[in-house]
Amino acid sequence: MIISKKDIPGFLDKLISEYQVFAPVQEGSFTLFKPISSGTDVDLTAANTKLPAKEIFFPQSEKLFSYNVTEEGAKVEETLDEQKKVIFGVRPCDARSLVLLDNVFDNDKFQDPYYLTKRANTIMIGIGCNTPLSTCFCTSVNGSPFDTKGLDLLLVDTGDAYVVEVISDKGKALAEQASLAAAADADKIAAAKVKEAATVTCQVNIDGLKDKLDVNFYWPIWDKIHEKCLGCGACTYLCPTCHCFDIVDDAKDCNGCRVRNWDSCAFPIFTLHGSGHNPRTSNKERYRQRIMHKFKYFVDNFNEIACVGCGRCINNCPVNLDIRVVLEDVRGSEARLDS
Amino acid sequence: MSKLAEQIKGAAKKLLAEQKVNLVVGFTEGSLPLRGTPFFARTPEEADQLTWNLDCENNLANYLRKKPGKVAVVAKGCDVRSIVALIKENQLNRDNLYIIGVPCSGMIDRKKVTDLLGSQEVLAIEENGDTVVIKGSNSSVTAKIADLLHNSCGDCSYGNPVVYDELIGELLPKKEAADFNEIKEFEAKTTAERRAFMNSEFSKCIRCYACRNACPMCYCEECFVDCNQPEWIGKSAYNVEDNILFQVVRVFHLAGRCVDCGACERACPMGINLRLLTRKPVKDVKELFNAEAGVNLEDKPALATFTNDDSEAFLLKE
Repeated sequence: MIISKKDIPGFLDKLISEYQVFAPVQEGSFTLFKPISSGTDVDLTAANTKLPAKEIFFPQSEKLFSYNVTEEGAKVEETLDEQKKVIFGVRPCDARSLVLLDNVFDNDKFQDPYYLTKRANTIMIGIGCNTPLSTCFCTSVNGSPFDTKGLDLLLVDTGDAYVVEVISDKGKALAEQASLAAAADADKIAAAKVKEAATVTCQVNIDGLKDKLDVNFYWPIWDKIHEKCLGCGACTYLCPTCHCFDIVDDAKDCNGCRVRNWDSCAFPIFTLHGSGHNPRTSNKERYRQRIMHKFKYFVDNFNEIACVGCGRCINNCPVNLDIRVVLEDVRGSEARLDS
Repeated sequence: MSKLAEQIKGAAKKLLAEQKVNLVVGFTEGSLPLRGTPFFARTPEEADQLTWNLDCENNLANYLRKKPGKVAVVAKGCDVRSIVALIKENQLNRDNLYIIGVPCSGMIDRKKVTDLLGSQEVLAIEENGDTVVIKGSNSSVTAKIADLLHNSCGDCSYGNPVVYDELIGELLPKKEAADFNEIKEFEAKTTAERRAFMNSEFSKCIRCYACRNACPMCYCEECFVDCNQPEWIGKSAYNVEDNILFQVVRVFHLAGRCVDCGACERACPMGINLRLLTRKPVKDVKELFNAEAGVNLEDKPALATFTNDDSEAFLLKE
């Protein structure tokens, strides 16, 4: 199927009447996913949004339920966002990050209703990356610029139009409902050419990385790697796969709500126990946690690397602590593989 | 610049070889165009990786607290002011510190460079006298360095380190102190306008605390935002009031201590105009007490001293 670029606002306006539509919107010098009220609000010129699409399903602060205690007892009201949504213009790396997060929020032990309700009610319309940035390394971590994982429809930019690839039944139904025209053979060829031309130049070698992390929890290299880290949460908060959270009660007297907030392993109060003890006493342990969680623990638990190679942490770290360099240092250093 | 880098390497190697210090904190080439990155050299060989460029924007004073033994630091004007302020607050011991001072006429703001290229990615940058050639994915742009500097660098009149053990390069001609025009403009706005600005700016805040952590003067063992009992501030980020409260308290805590290095604003991933807030107390402290933080080792910090002549204008309202 195909849709002309000039028809995109009209296409979105129709969707807005039925769905809550999120799309990249210009916000100062960058774009963010925001609910749009008009199809003309969309800005697809940026390589990617400043914050990942993760926040739509797993918001930075999410009210889980509110409560109120009176003489008659306690009343609890759950807040479940059941609104039908469309995410338009999501990049393949961000879409794939949700497939990774599904492991966390939907597994044998836990099914998280807040996340899963939103996932179930959302249609994901992705846009492939014709010109990946020099900091994109999706192909090194099992992704690609036109990866379809986590998507219902994928748009391929062929200049004046988007060739629309149907990925799922949900996507098919939406495309049919929008009466999208069939793509001519010439358009399909153009799309195939665009996909072939898109090259990810940055490669991060992760061969043997997990083997080293498996045995090198105590390792002198951790003393050095974290040294310039400021301990802020920029990398974790901008990461599409970071998912640590903290639960707090925002309450006044007998009225309150339980809120789930993003947490960050970079913070000194991360894993701080009620006793005052913290198993991660310094930046060193906390930065090690970041690397271990993404490239070892997540692999152990779900057989996937918790990184999609979007490059946000690389571009936004205030001190240029580059995860590509860190991984190379870890991989290349003398490891005690025999221990 | 490369000449300065060679001199810095030489000085660092000598200090490490003669075991006058056990660590030199400086910059090395980063992984992105126009990106120097903090570097820690512990051997003369490691010191070979030190560099100096228009992208050495981080305030290295941040890394000096809690470092054991004798430490040398490659410090530009604002780094040295922070060091001086930290010495006065007993956070650094001058005797354990060797300052390799580097006069600085400003560092390049990557955001301004990115804006010049529009939606293109900046792939490389070449220095050419007082201009730079910025290479994007489709085209190149030549721009004056002076037009690309961080706003904090444009406003800075302390490019020359105020204290040093060794100076690299030549001292720069004295620069006039900047006016506070943008602060005056903001002060002239109505309360509602100022409030609207704050709401709009801080709706962007994601509470990553990069501003706080990048600030050399933000060194509280436990920041008030991290405290649970009592909970001074909501932990959730959906409330712009709490985002504002965090920053306002931080700014007040920096009154008379902020050296206006701009590290907070540079660190902010969301592009919040933080210096508009941090410079207000800088202006007030200068006007009220004729004091500036970290400009010499002798003056007491503005808020740690008292004279009968102190202005009381802020206490009394006519």
